[in-house]
Amino acid sequence: MSATSHTIVNLPDQRTATIPKRNYLNNEDGLLSWLFTGDHKRIAILYLISITFFFFIGGAFAGLIRLELLTPQPDLVASDTYNKFFSMHGIVMIFLFLVPSVPATLGNFLIPIMIGAKDLAFPKVNLLSWYLYWIGGLFTMAALVLGGVDTGWTFTTPLSTHYLNTHVVTAATGVFIIGFSSIFTGLNFIVTLHRMRAPGMTWFRLPLFCWSNYAASILMVLGTPVLAITLVLVALERLVGIGVFDPTKGGDPLLFQHLFWFYSHPAVYIMILPGMGVISEVISTFSRKRVFGYTAVAFSSVAIALFGFFVWAHHMFIMGVSNYSALVFSLLTMLVAVPSAIKIFNWAFTLQKGSITFETPMLYAFGFLGLFTIGGMTGVFLGALGMDIHLTETYFIVAHFHFVMVGGMLMAFLAGIHFWWPKMTGRMYPESLSKLAAVTTFIGFNLTFLPQFILGYLGMPRRYHAYPPEFQVLNVLSTAGATVLGVGYMLPLLYLGWSLKYGAIAGNNPWQATGLEWQIQSPPLTENFIETPVVDHEAYDYEWLEHKTAQEVTTVG
Amino acid sequence: MSEFHDPSNVLNPEHADHQIITPATYGMVFATLLIFTGVTVGAAYIDLGIFNPVVALAIACFKAVVVILFFMHVKYQSNLIKLTVAAGFFTFIVLITMTMSDYISRAWGLW
Amino acid sequence: MDNAIVATRPHSHETAVAAEHEHVVLPQHRHHFETKEQQREAATFGMWLFLLTEIMFFGGLFFAYLLYRNWYHDAFVVSSNQLSIPLGAANTAILISSGFFMALGVWAAEVQKKSLLVLFLVLTTVFGVAFLGIKGVEYHEKWEKHHIPGSHFDVSEFINPPINPKTGKPTETPLAPDMAQKTQVFFFLYFAMTGMHAFHMILGIGLLFWLTWRANRGEFSAGYVAPIENFGLYWHFVDIVWLFLFPLLYLINRHPGY
Repeated sequence: MSATSHTIVNLPDQRTATIPKRNYLNNEDGLLSWLFTGDHKRIAILYLISITFFFFIGGAFAGLIRLELLTPQPDLVASDTYNKFFSMHGIVMIFLFLVPSVPATLGNFLIPIMIGAKDLAFPKVNLLSWYLYWIGGLFTMAALVLGGVDTGWTFTTPLSTHYLNTHVVTAATGVFIIGFSSIFTGLNFIVTLHRMRAPGMTWFRLPLFCWSNYAASILMVLGTPVLAITLVLVALERLVGIGVFDPTKGGDPLLFQHLFWFYSHPAVYIMILPGMGVISEVISTFSRKRVFGYTAVAFSSVAIALFGFFVWAHHMFIMGVSNYSALVFSLLTMLVAVPSAIKIFNWAFTLQKGSITFETPMLYAFGFLGLFTIGGMTGVFLGALGMDIHLTETYFIVAHFHFVMVGGMLMAFLAGIHFWWPKMTGRMYPESLSKLAAVTTFIGFNLTFLPQFILGYLGMPRRYHAYPPEFQVLNVLSTAGATVLGVGYMLPLLYLGWSLKYGAIAGNNPWQATGLEWQIQSPPLTENFIETPVVDHEAYDYEWLEHKTAQEVTTVG
Repeated sequence: MSEFHDPSNVLNPEHADHQIITPATYGMVFATLLIFTGVTVGAAYIDLGIFNPVVALAIACFKAVVVILFFMHVKYQSNLIKLTVAAGFFTFIVLITMTMSDYISRAWGLW
Repeated sequence: MDNAIVATRPHSHETAVAAEHEHVVLPQHRHHFETKEQQREAATFGMWLFLLTEIMFFGGLFFAYLLYRNWYHDAFVVSSNQLSIPLGAANTAILISSGFFMALGVWAAEVQKKSLLVLFLVLTTVFGVAFLGIKGVEYHEKWEKHHIPGSHFDVSEFINPPINPKTGKPTETPLAPDMAQKTQVFFFLYFAMTGMHAFHMILGIGLLFWLTWRANRGEFSAGYVAPIENFGLYWHFVDIVWLFLFPLLYLINRHPGY
């Protein structure tokens, strides 16, 4: 091992190294070979391009929101335009970016390789899910172009069914279709993980990334259809006037809330769980240690998925649900903190006495650890009945879920993209520039969202485009942070694009990581493995890797 | 675990041997379903008080279980499939009970 | 979950395994599965996961029914009496028959009898269409009786039920005007639930035409039965939904004497 204390990066000799002649990227040529591909790796790349596109659209709306909130006066846009901004920001970011982000890109690319399979179980269904994603995305874009939606991403009734004249049905159709895209992704992962594992690849030899994607897939399959039927009922209510959610006709708006959050709370775990899987891989690799308490981390993913179905009414504490029921939901909400804390503590113990190096994925992972912990802890505040009444519907809750979703999931997504970039493209990203981006993102993020905790605690409500002048200082800080954050997100787009052509040749295993994906060429062959691998070692077994590498050297020499 | 290459999952507890169910079995299931349809219609015309819906739902559940076990072959499938079916109904029951817990306890005793 | 595309890259390893186990390599065998058994189990499992999503999809509707039935019990009882039990029971029998023929179709595919398979698929389709026909008759009756929710909805019959000339008593328990309005909620749910069910039937019948055409070409008579088997699962699931809809909508609290 030539690794020094500064880095574990181990690149082949750049003067002689080349990208493998035959790989999944150049296996077939032409646009049609991409649009009709069944290859999970190509579909992952299609997804990556698509979600990046929608991420920057959602991000543009975030920018506009922060720009409006720079001053206390409603001077940039009218109030209903502002409502459309935050609604489109939420819909695009949640349904078109966060839900498919890690599963549909990294999960699609890596899960079959990690378990030693040639492809997902249903390649055509996988491609179908990408098309459904785009059809749903186009409906959402159509709603935007036609004049937008101003219900918020929650489509709250009776606001969405009776009091608004915007394009609710178009947007709801979009979300409905995207929902089926995510159902098919989840279904594919579950079947693949059950049925396609290579010989010797037992459940407890799976990388933790597979476990967390498995847990998220269960939520996708069981939760998303409830959202689908809810949106169908909302659309029917608008179009033909049925009254299932309409109090004037005997319906109950709270029924909508129950059904909506039955999906949308588990959806939070759909968004965060795959990110946690990325963090497990990254932290293990860059501290050269097996993840501490592998089994506990694996089962905590499943536990989060299970508990996720029992807590949804904590979104409804101030909506008039029963006090007794609220008590039960509050207690169950506290319970979710346990498996989340198990993960955080186990990652911390993985770091302990590890040979830690600070490559870019690890920087993002550290960002995740801190920010997700803050996000999770403030979630406990909000789960507590008394605090919730003070804090809900204020900027506190905005800061809370942005800490989990952006500070958690987006950091994890970027960690994963950098970590597996050499595997996906065969080339390294520029290390120093990407470290700068990671630090910029971290600073920008905290500058944006920490002031929002204070704002919320002081009582600034969310979803208003004007506010009392005494809140301006904190809002200016937040807007300034958003600018820095924007730069932090633009940088990877630029240098990752640059690296496609000019990055250093990465070789098979630049990080000296143990997963099966690192034992094959980068970028991989279309069929992943020349022959089906036989797995004879546990996950994260660095001694096995060292042994294997040593043997390779002797055979070559 | 096993180093033996077992692509067909024959050694896997998630695997079940494929069985072909005979038309005779299907015929018996068909007759059972028709008979119970008759029973449920008949029961609806007898005033059983609060037990009317209970009986109707019990018969519906029985019929559904018969269809799932025989027409849908779950009886002959692996434990994995059985668990999958159970998970679906479990989640549905979670949806119902957790939501009803709110509605029932909102006006305690008046429900 | 159609795997009908011919394997593009026959793989040396796969053929070796197949020979070892004396399996016939079917043209429908996909290259990324090692054996046909693995492919078959994956397809069945995938179909079941899809049915889970269907359970939850209908689950939302069933929960709405449960809630409003408890809230507006009287209105639900009276509205339920407006539905025709003979038509509903006949439809149940028809749908069970359709499911029976579907099950026989799976058997015919398993034992590789092409003409029987086609026959059973056609019978499945015929009974499915008959079900939709009767459903159409029922919908039409609702239209004539102004029981379609919306501006045409008429509650007068629920407030002042017609008098039975023999007994001189009303044929139904009269409802207070505000409760009578709630009969609309029943009919919302009636149309939403049976409509969603009928929509699944229509999709299924479309697929049946396609499968019958393929069966007629002999695609499922050589040991490749996954599409028939998995469509069977879907079709039986749609049956099960109706097995619950029938008692919930038609039968609950149908008191004798009225």
